[in-house]
Order: sequence, then structure tokens, then C-alpha cells
Amino acid sequence: MKRDLLLFIAFAVLIMIAPQLFKGGYLMNVLVFVGINTMLAIALNLLLGYAGQISLGHAGFFGLGAYLSGILTTTYSLNPWVAMPAAALVVGCLAYLIGFPVLKLKGHYLAMATLGLGIIIYIVFNETVELTGGPSGLSGIPNLKLAGVTFDSDVKNYYLIWGFTLAVMLFALNLASSRVGRALRAVHDSEVAAQVLGVNSRVLKVQIFALSAIISSLAGSLYAHTMTFISPASFGFNFSIELLTMVVIGGLGSIYGSFLGAALLTLLPEILRGANDYDIIIYGALLMVMVMFMPGGLVRGIPDLYRKIVKQKKGAGHA
Amino acid sequence: MLEVSGITQIFGGVTALDSVSFTIAKGDITGVIGPNGAGKTTLFNIITGIYQQTAGTVTLEGTDVTGLPPEKLARRAMVRTFQNIELFGGMTVLENVMVGMHTKSSSGLLACALKMPWSISEEKRIRAGAMKWLEFTGIVNLADHTAGSLPFGKGRLLEIARALAVEPRIILMDEPAAGLNSQETLGLARLIKQIRDLGITVVLVEHDMELVMDICDRIVVLNLGKKLAEGTPREIQENHAVIAAYLGDDD
Repeated sequence: MKRDLLLFIAFAVLIMIAPQLFKGGYLMNVLVFVGINTMLAIALNLLLGYAGQISLGHAGFFGLGAYLSGILTTTYSLNPWVAMPAAALVVGCLAYLIGFPVLKLKGHYLAMATLGLGIIIYIVFNETVELTGGPSGLSGIPNLKLAGVTFDSDVKNYYLIWGFTLAVMLFALNLASSRVGRALRAVHDSEVAAQVLGVNSRVLKVQIFALSAIISSLAGSLYAHTMTFISPASFGFNFSIELLTMVVIGGLGSIYGSFLGAALLTLLPEILRGANDYDIIIYGALLMVMVMFMPGGLVRGIPDLYRKIVKQKKGAGHA
Repeated sequence: MLEVSGITQIFGGVTALDSVSFTIAKGDITGVIGPNGAGKTTLFNIITGIYQQTAGTVTLEGTDVTGLPPEKLARRAMVRTFQNIELFGGMTVLENVMVGMHTKSSSGLLACALKMPWSISEEKRIRAGAMKWLEFTGIVNLADHTAGSLPFGKGRLLEIARALAVEPRIILMDEPAAGLNSQETLGLARLIKQIRDLGITVVLVEHDMELVMDICDRIVVLNLGKKLAEGTPREIQENHAVIAAYLGDDD
């Protein structure tokens, strides 16, 4: 219990001093994306890693948050601080209503249904031109302001986004280690046994689906207000798959794993930029190798690897 | 305590259960026996809300609970175990039992995620309660082990501990002795009697005749989807219809 809290505090401190180490620059902008993607990966992980329910439509909820926030603050001149929770509320209610019929499905069928949901949302962004600006996007979205500070630079945005990301992490960590988190994992391992013990798996799955959508929507709103420009291309099917990859590569059912997965998948393309046209090949190969040799994700694979190396060194020392 | 009346189950033209009725008295250990394919597990699945029967009613403590889902039955203090133990393999032994306390706790999603004071004190109560049931079943030393790595016999005990954490007034066990060695079966017999001594009504489907005859107060015999006989172990042992069903008829 105490150890979990200390780990989180250490992590939070590290995040807070990171800008001093990197001295701003382009990397700060990338780290803002790491924060947003971490939130999204955690949202999906609660659903997939804990409750065992897949979604291939989370980019849709992310996009809905971004667009609702964007439209409310531009067309309707609402304060961003009002627009964000309003967007989250709408997305949460929508997910709750959709959740009941959709989450009755299992496995591939659930994947198909959520895939369809994501694609429908994507089409709506493209086609409702008067509302969303269509494929050319929505611009002029205002930055967030707090106590006289406008979050309009990479460093300011870093603190803004990571403040939210850390809050989401703590929220998810608490949830995971509680009776609700246990019930979710129970549904994952044996739904019938969980039901027999009194867990209402149907309602629980819908609740976590809605929560996951709300977190995604929040990440979307923050994305819109930091980028000030959004277009449908950011919220397509590809991005849903990328989120899924982050969760799996990082480690299913681990909140810190979601951070590792999000960080790796966001930073890797930047690091590989030097490899010119080969970047996509290296990227794909790295992911394949990681899935093959770290099936439990980075969060379990790295400690295993460390132990192996230490053992080998000791073995070599004795020989 | 529990009354089933006229239970019929038809699976695509095959009659698995044909108008089965019996009553289980409070505080008894009742065995449901019968040759393979008699419909015992189907009957259990109907009583515990996992299947919907074609016809018939289930009455629990005077209330009609026909068609209620398992999670509602848990709140009415009915719980079951499974033939092929259904553990939460990725969780620890202690966490498995803590899930059993689900109906005895109420912190919602937000209270848990925001660590409200009441949810923290509730968490302590859940942990203490779960430890108590691990002690009762004698596996407290395994509390931090992963449930999926337990040997079968210990897994069985864990499943029972987890079911007891629901604080049931009636527990249904589907072949609790299946896969256990003779030493473990003896321990199980003792445990089932201890559970009865807590005032919990026990119903078990079982193939181990020695165990059934040893611990059951009453026995219900099913054959080919119908109730063949009902009575004390002695009466059942002397029942010609039962002997014929098990050993085959001479004519």
C-alpha cells in the first residue's frame, strides 16, 4: 500500500523535473503527446487489461471530446473549462447508452462493433462540414487559461497535460486496487464465477466502458485546447489500433505499463526519423520483437530481462 | 429452504430434465446423485440462475426466485462452486476471496478511485473478512500466491473459501470431490460438516458415493432427467430402483 504511493510520488516528481533536464525545445512538444497518449492508453487499459473487453473505437471517443470542446468554444464561445466537462459528460452518457447493447457481444464480435462505432464517428467528423469544418478541420480553438496564465507554450502545456495525466494515473491506480478493480479482473478471468459471487458484470462492464470513454474525451478536449487545430485524420481507425498497440506493448492490466507503451510508441517515430524511409520497417520489426519476447509487455518484460542479465553476470563471475 | 418444483429443461428436442421436484430443508447436507447424463449439473445451473429452464419454479426461503440471475441470487445468500473450479487465475488467493465479499461492500467506482475515507475503511474490513475465510479453509499460508498456480486440491479449497465470503445461507457444490485424492476428500468431508455447523445449508452433486453416504442427511437420486428416489442414505442404499439404475436391470 505504502510502496504503491511512494512509487507514484517518485514517478510524479520525475515527470515534474523532466523539463529542466530537457531544456524545452521540440522534445517538450513530443512529451505533451506522451501525456495525452498515456491518458488514452490508461483509458483503454481499464477496459481491455482489467475488464477484458476490447474496443477498436477509442479514437472515436478521443475525437468526440476534441470536437465537442472545439465546437463549444469556437462556434458557441463557451469557456474551455466549461466545455471540457460538458464534452466528457456527453461522451460518457453516449458510451453508457451504447455500452448496454454493444457489451453484450464478446470477443471478435465486440471488436467488430466497436470498430464500426469508431468508423461512424470518423465519418460524422468528415461529413458534418458546417459543424466540424469537415476534412479541412476546425481551427482557432482557444487555449486554456488558469489564474491569468494562458497555456500557449510547449512548457506550459507540458505541465497542464501532465497535471491531468498524473491525476488520471492516480485515479486509475486507486480504482485498480479497489473492490471495483478486483471485480473487473474477476470478470476478465471468469465472468460466470464473478456473477455467482454477486458481481453484476453487465452493469460493471458498461460503467467501465463509460469511464474509459470519459477519460478519452478528456484527453481529446485537452488535445484540442493545446493544439488549437483539429482535423478528422487524427481520430481515425489507425489511431485506435495505435492505442491498442500501446496498451499491449506496455503491458495489459498495468497502469505504469500504459505509460511505457504510450511513451515508446510516441517517441519511437521521433527517434527513428533519422532512418529516413526505413523508419516504418524498423518500427514494425521492433514491435514484433517486443511482442515475441515480452508477451507480458514492457512493464513485465524489462524486469525479467534485468534479472536474466544479472543472473548471467553472476554465472560468468563464478565460472 | 429451497424448493424446486416441476423443473423441465428441453435442449433442442432433448429433454434433459423432466418435471423434477424436491425440497431441501434448512441446515441439511443434501446430496444429488445419479448416473452420468442424469441431469444433475443442468439442474444446478438452473437453480443458480445460469440456465433459464423451459418450465418449473425455484423457491428460495419462501420467495419465488425463478429466472433471477446469479448475481441477484448471491444477494439472497445463495452461492455455488463449479466442477472445474472457476478461479480468478491472475489474482492472488487473498484477492479471490476478497471478490467474494463484493455483496458485503458497497463503495462505488468514484469512491474507490478517489479513495474516500469510507472506501479505505471498507477495504480493511474486506481484507480482514477474506483472511478469516482463508483461515477457516486452512489455506491462509497461501494468501499471496497466484490462484492460477495452485494445485487442484488447494484450488478447490480456495473456491469454497471464496464462496463462503459471500456469507451464504445455502451453498451448492458441483462435484467438490472430483479430482481430489483420498486424503483431500477426507478433509473436504470435514470441511463440509464444519460449513453445515455454521448454519449453512449444503447441497452437493457428487459421484463419490462413500463421501455422499458419509456426510449427507438426505439424498435425491436423478436418472435420465427424472427424480428416481429421495430419502436418507440408508433408504437410498436399499432402494431397488436406484440399484437398478446404477448397476443395470436384470430383466
